[in-house]
Order: sequence, then C-alpha cells, then structure tokens
Amino acid sequence: MGDTSRLCSVWLGSETGILKGVSLSRKQAFNFCNTSHLSRDQEVRALCWGDPAESELLVGSVDGTVKTFSTEKGAFTETRRCGDPVEGCFTGLAVLSGSALVTCVECGTLRVWREDSSEAVTELNAGKNVCRMRQSPLHRHKVATGGKENGLKIWDLERPEKPLFTAKNLRDDWLDLRRPHWVRDMAFIPDSDKVVTCTGYHQVHVFDPSSPQRRPVLEVEYGEYPLTALSLPAAGNAVVVGNTHGQIAMLDLRKGLVRGCVKGLVGGVRGLQCHPSQPVVASCGLDRFLRIHSLEDRKLQHKVYLKSRLNCILFASRDLEGGGEAAGQGEPQEVKEEEEGGDDELWDTMEQVEESSKRKTEEEEEPQKKKKKRKKRQD
Amino acid sequence: MDITEVAVNRDNKGKKKRKKNPKKKSASPEGNGEDSGDLKTEQKLEKSEAAAAGAGAGAAAAFPPTFSVSEIKNKQRRHLMFMKLKQEKRKQKLQLKRKKKKEREALGDKAPPKEVPKTIENQRVYDETTVDPEDEEVAFDEGTDEFSAYFNGLTNPKVLITTSDRPRGRTVRFCEQLATVIPNAHVYYRRGLALKRVIPQCIARNFTYLIVINEDRKVPNGMVLCHLPDGPTAHFKVSSVKLRKEMKRRGKDPTEHSPEVILNNFSTRLGHSIGRLFAALFPQDPQFVGRQVATFHNQRDFIFFRFHRYIFKNEKKVGIQELGPRFTLKLRSLQKGTFDSKFGEYEWVLKRHEMDSCRRKFQL
Repeated sequence: MGDTSRLCSVWLGSETGILKGVSLSRKQAFNFCNTSHLSRDQEVRALCWGDPAESELLVGSVDGTVKTFSTEKGAFTETRRCGDPVEGCFTGLAVLSGSALVTCVECGTLRVWREDSSEAVTELNAGKNVCRMRQSPLHRHKVATGGKENGLKIWDLERPEKPLFTAKNLRDDWLDLRRPHWVRDMAFIPDSDKVVTCTGYHQVHVFDPSSPQRRPVLEVEYGEYPLTALSLPAAGNAVVVGNTHGQIAMLDLRKGLVRGCVKGLVGGVRGLQCHPSQPVVASCGLDRFLRIHSLEDRKLQHKVYLKSRLNCILFASRDLEGGGEAAGQGEPQEVKEEEEGGDDELWDTMEQVEESSKRKTEEEEEPQKKKKKRKKRQD
Repeated sequence: MDITEVAVNRDNKGKKKRKKNPKKKSASPEGNGEDSGDLKTEQKLEKSEAAAAGAGAGAAAAFPPTFSVSEIKNKQRRHLMFMKLKQEKRKQKLQLKRKKKKEREALGDKAPPKEVPKTIENQRVYDETTVDPEDEEVAFDEGTDEFSAYFNGLTNPKVLITTSDRPRGRTVRFCEQLATVIPNAHVYYRRGLALKRVIPQCIARNFTYLIVINEDRKVPNGMVLCHLPDGPTAHFKVSSVKLRKEMKRRGKDPTEHSPEVILNNFSTRLGHSIGRLFAALFPQDPQFVGRQVATFHNQRDFIFFRFHRYIFKNEKKVGIQELGPRFTLKLRSLQKGTFDSKFGEYEWVLKRHEMDSCRRKFQL
C-alpha cells in the first residue's frame, strides 16, 4: 500500500469520505479509506499537503476531524478533532511552519492548532458564511478568507486582531443599487502581493493590497453561472476558473479577456488545480470524473471515472507521468506522451486498498492481512 | 484526352436516341473516335459521334466504366435509367438471397450462424460509468443519497403537480390525468408564484415531490421534477403527449390502486439516479389487485412513459390495455439541491454540441 500511494500523482477527496489517489503513469486509481465502513460524515471537504516535502496529506472531513495521511506508508496516521460539525464544514486547511495547523470553518472561525494541545492557540473571526480560506505560498502566515456577502480579507496570523486588508465592495450599479458579492474562491498570485478571487456572480476580481485602492484593480466577467473554483497556472498572467455548469475557462489577467475554454466537464466544477510546473490542469466535480487537460492546446489528456462525487483535488509536485519506478519503463519520454495523449482511455479496475488504523495519535502499523483479504475479494 | 471528350459527348447524344436494341458493335464508336480526331471542326466531330453513338445507346457494355446515371441531363430518361438500375439490383439481391438460403438448407447443422444486423443500440459506445451491481462504492453512494429515506421505507411519496403560469387546454388536462396515474398526487393552480417560495411551503406540508409542467402555446413541453427535502431537481423536455381521449383501444380510467413500476434500461450512473427519481414518485408497495403498471422505458436517452392494465389469461399469455396518458421525456439537466437554476450546482447538463456529435454514445 505504501508503494501504491507513492505512485500517485493526483489526490482527490470525495463525498463518500474516500481519499482517492490516481497514478497516471500506470493508469490506476486507488481508494484509501480509514475504516471498513464508509459514512457520509466523513465527506472530505478540504485537502492540503502536510509538509513541503509532500509526504503527508491533511484531510478535513465534515464531522470536524482532520486526518493525516502519509504517502510513504499509505495509511492514515493520526486524527485530530478540530471543531464541531455545528459550526459548519471546513472551508480551508493550511499548515504553518512548526507543524501548526490552521483551519477555517463556514461560520467564520479561523483557528490555529498546535501539535499537542486540543485547544486552539489563536482564534479569530472572519465574518459569517466563509466560503474559502487560502494560504499565501510566499508568506506562510498570511491567509485570505472570503464568503457570501463577506468580502475578501487578508489576515496575518501573528497579529490576529485586525485583517491586513479588507476589500471594499464594488461601486453601486447604474441604478444606485448595492452590488451583491459572494467570494467563492481565491488565490495569491506569486511574486506579488495581489490576490485574485472568483465570485458567485460570475466575476473574477484582482485585488492589490499594496495599492491604496481597496476596490478590485481588475474585473472580468465570464459566463452566467457562479464560478466555483479557481487556479493559477505555472506560467503567469492567467487564471483558470470553473463554474457550476462545468464550463472551465482560461482568462488572461493582463487585459481581462478569455483566452480559451476547456471542454469536457458535464457537472459543476468543485476542484481545479494547475500543476506546479507542467502546463496541465486537473478538474474534478459533480460528474464523478477526474479530467486532465493540457493548457496549451486545451485537449483532454486523461479522464478517470471515480464513482463518487469529488470535492477537492491536489497535485503532487513531481512529474505527472514520471511516477513509475519499476523496470520496463525504459521508454523515452516522447513515446510515453504519445501513448497517453488522446481521448478517453479505459482504466483498470480500481483496487480497494484499505486498512484500519486506530483513531488515536501516533499509530502507524497497518495490518497487512486485511489488505490482502480486501484485494482478494475485489478480484 | 481525345478519348475522354468522346465519352462525354457520346453519352449525351446516345441518350437522346434511346435505342431499345443496342445491338450495334461497340467497336464502331472507337473507330469513329479516331476519325473524328482528324477532323478540325467540333461540330463535325459531334455529329459523327452522334451517328455512331446512337449505336452504343442502351447497352451497358458500351458505356465507359466511369458513367453514372446522374450524368444524364434529361429528367425523364434519367428516371427511367435509374428505375432500371434499381430493378437490376433488386433482382441480383433476390438471387443472392435464394442462393444463400439453399446453401444454408444444404448444410443443415453445419451452416454458419445467422448474422445479426447492426443497430444503433448494438453499436453503442461502452460507457465507463455503467453501474456494476457488485460495486461497493457505488452501492454505498446510492444507499446514502437523497432518496435513501424513501428506499428505506421512511417516507411515503406525496406529489404536488403544477404548471407554468396561466395554463391552457391540453396542459390542464394532462396534469389532471397525471394526477390520476400517480397516487397521492394533488394538482394546484399556479397563481404566478415563484417556485423558490413554493418549495419551503411544500416541505412544511410534507410533500416529497414537486412536478412543474411547462407549457408553450397550449401544449406541455417541459417538466421540472424536484425531490423535496433537499433532493435533486431534474429538468426534462416533454414531447409526444397523448391524452386519454386520443388513445385508441384504451381501457377504462385507472383506479386508485398503486401501480407497479417498471424501469427499463437505466444502466449508467446517471441513469440510475434518474431511475431512482422516477421510482420514488410511486409508493413502495404496489397493490397487485389493481393490475396497473407504469413503465419508464429508456431508449437512446429518450424515456417513454406508458401506463397499462394487464390481465393474465393463463400462465403464458397476458393481455394489456393501455390507459392513461403517454409521453416522452428527454433529460436536459440534473441539478443537485432543490430548484435553483441560477445559483444551483449542476450534476449533469446536456451540452448538445459535445454530446450529440456521436450517434452511438448515450448518457442514460
């Protein structure tokens, strides 16, 4: 199991509570579940890397627990209780240096948890109805939050009393009516202070905290449906957004024009992620498929059927196809890409890899026999 | 070069003559062609070809192989030639069939099996979302979805049927007939109320389903089916609606007994969701005394609804009578959550340009 989890280059969280890992080089998808019974309480709402070396994944579920999954061992190593389900589901998970965990729930409470204590070290209120919280990749202590009728706020976790930057709502429209705003997702643009957000009223805004203007610096409209997910590709100046109808588009941020649309998705987009180095975007959503498109020619590269509605997605930083380490993979890179490019590919049956681990902390050993039994039943 | 010129002209002229007995030599046109090559004026060329070509008219052997019936400019002649061609083809086909049949009888048991004709359903592109009955994850997903309350026997269906604003004629009658088909259904007049306001009131009054029939020019053309506590909303296009008056050889009106439900051919994951949506409209335990059955048959992404009464004459023979309205549905979108077309999240949307391009690929 450890070896299967080491192969996976894309990680997804589903509504049934199963963490799925997909290995594109071997064209296989693996399920990693905590216990032998699944429940809707375990629905995965937030996913993030536990450390920069990407050996651990943090999985936030609806019932308020954050589980740590180790990719080396292929098992859930620990579980922490980080909030009540009454407050709402997780809208963001982040990790601070020094193994501290930052969680944000829908009612707006942002908490920083230390490794040992079960109480939050720092707590702040980010308003009501928070839809998303994201961490800045450059300054690890800066986080941004936004929600319905709750504008973008950038917080510094070391000074939690007041936000560093609060965005102002757009000017009233031509009838002098207040414009509603609903921030669904945001991202920090690397190499600068700017933040780009997408809203439920099909707008994409760019905010610049370093400028005196608190209103958006750039506004782009796309489509007629709420934009639900956003991601920044490795090559700058562009942003990829997805909406509830399954339309995914690349927008150019220099002028605010649509560069192109990515076709194929049929259901609402729940998770979008661009690969950190390759020009590739992965999308997952309510239609139970993972799709990987290339950003340059907008063609579908891989499509995987994953049986449950998918909520979040994460890329591993390494090469997508270079995950295979076994012998017999000595073909040159070009040949591999030719084979993989193209339309839908038939995927092998999914292996149900599961292990039962104790729900206390510091528990590592997974029983090998259960895994073998499950594999046999699957066959 | 010369030869091709001769060919075209000759055909035209040949058809003008239209000889029934083309017994002249086929060699003569060639000979004349060579002669005409020497002549200078084109008209003389044409005339000589015409004279010779008259000989070649009608005989298939005399025509150059690139000739086709569509090159004849005269419509009547072209038509006659085409009919002759078709008759020839039909004769050959019959002969081939007879020969094959004889061979098959001659071989007896050792004959090769009969070939199955290709249909669009045969050639359907395999859909990877087809539900495998043993799949645990899909079974869990279905077992805990929005319909689990109904399928576990906890709730009984209660349906509210309404229309778009100010319905006319056929739509009103269609709604009434639908209410007799679905047990525990109530028809209400829509007084221009917003659906988003209707839905909380329905939930408060314990309704489990909301059906809104959309009308266009006095004819129903759309249906929104919303499962109530927090369930998915499906939007269908309705076509070919036939009311009870228009049905031939129909039985008497349906009784109050709960019908059985037949769901045919819902094989993919999306198909399963829609199938469950339809199944949850009717009470879980059908009353077999009533001998009524409602069928939702999916073929090529169209769902055909029929309502019958059956009677078993003996163990093997059954007689059916069609009662009730009949209509066809096509799914346009499936939205997660109750009706919210602007801000709701869609689980499936029909995108015609992407999905309708392949004739053999179906979604349900």
